[in-house]
Amino acid sequence: MLDIPILKIEDFLVVTIQSELSDDEISALQEDILFRIKDVGAAGLIIDITALDIVDSFMGRTLSNIAATVELLGAKAVVVGIRPAVAVTLVELGIRVKWNVNTALNFDRGMKLLKRLIEAERRGGAS
Amino acid sequence: MSESEENEKEQKKVKIVSSADIIAARGKGRELAKKMGFSVVDQTKITTAISELTRNIVTYAGRGEVTIKKARSKTGGKNGIVVVCIDEGPGIEDVGLVLKGGFSTSGSLGLGLSGAKQLMDEFEIKSKPGEGTVVTIKKWLRR
Repeated sequence: MLDIPILKIEDFLVVTIQSELSDDEISALQEDILFRIKDVGAAGLIIDITALDIVDSFMGRTLSNIAATVELLGAKAVVVGIRPAVAVTLVELGIRVKWNVNTALNFDRGMKLLKRLIEAERRGGAS
Repeated sequence: MSESEENEKEQKKVKIVSSADIIAARGKGRELAKKMGFSVVDQTKITTAISELTRNIVTYAGRGEVTIKKARSKTGGKNGIVVVCIDEGPGIEDVGLVLKGGFSTSGSLGLGLSGAKQLMDEFEIKSKPGEGTVVTIKKWLRR
């Protein structure tokens, strides 16, 4: 099974999905991410899916679950690099109404968004 | 290479028994769609529809088969791609309900069938409880 590296940059974890993943690999990744966040005390997570030329409803749901569980731990999650064709497809698929995930155009913007989200929470207290 | 030969070669069959086969089926679909000249967005829609339908096979029927090939419309002379997904699983009690979307017995988003329908130009489903399901989807090349 594919071992997907989880990098630490500043207070954040960064996961770059570089190829299409099987269901088992996605589930394993979800667990890895959660334990790493706890272990290193990460404030946020970026998942880069620039390399994915397809995100079906299963992958969409898993990304959404990862984001939700990361937030339960008290960290923030941002998905970056959704391709235009993938975005068109996800909206037509009907995922829009059920997808509650922070997204950004690319890695740089994702980092900025993550920092803003964390800062906003610090200022506003528990939200 | 003559055109008929090419057509023969373009027919791809993938047996679906595990989630790894979903990736294989998607790859075949993407390959043919690209070769036929579909736009990147349409390639992605076709590939995603294949993913949804083959995942239904793995989740609900356990095993099945997908055939991906070129199609030509009977009337307009349009070229397109046709994907046929066959399984001998439990079948669907209420196809209408499932096609509304948001209906799921497996804990997924329930977007599989309705999503595939939304992404393609034509969608046909035949299902009998206890006997299985055949889903045929088509997308035509825009000229």
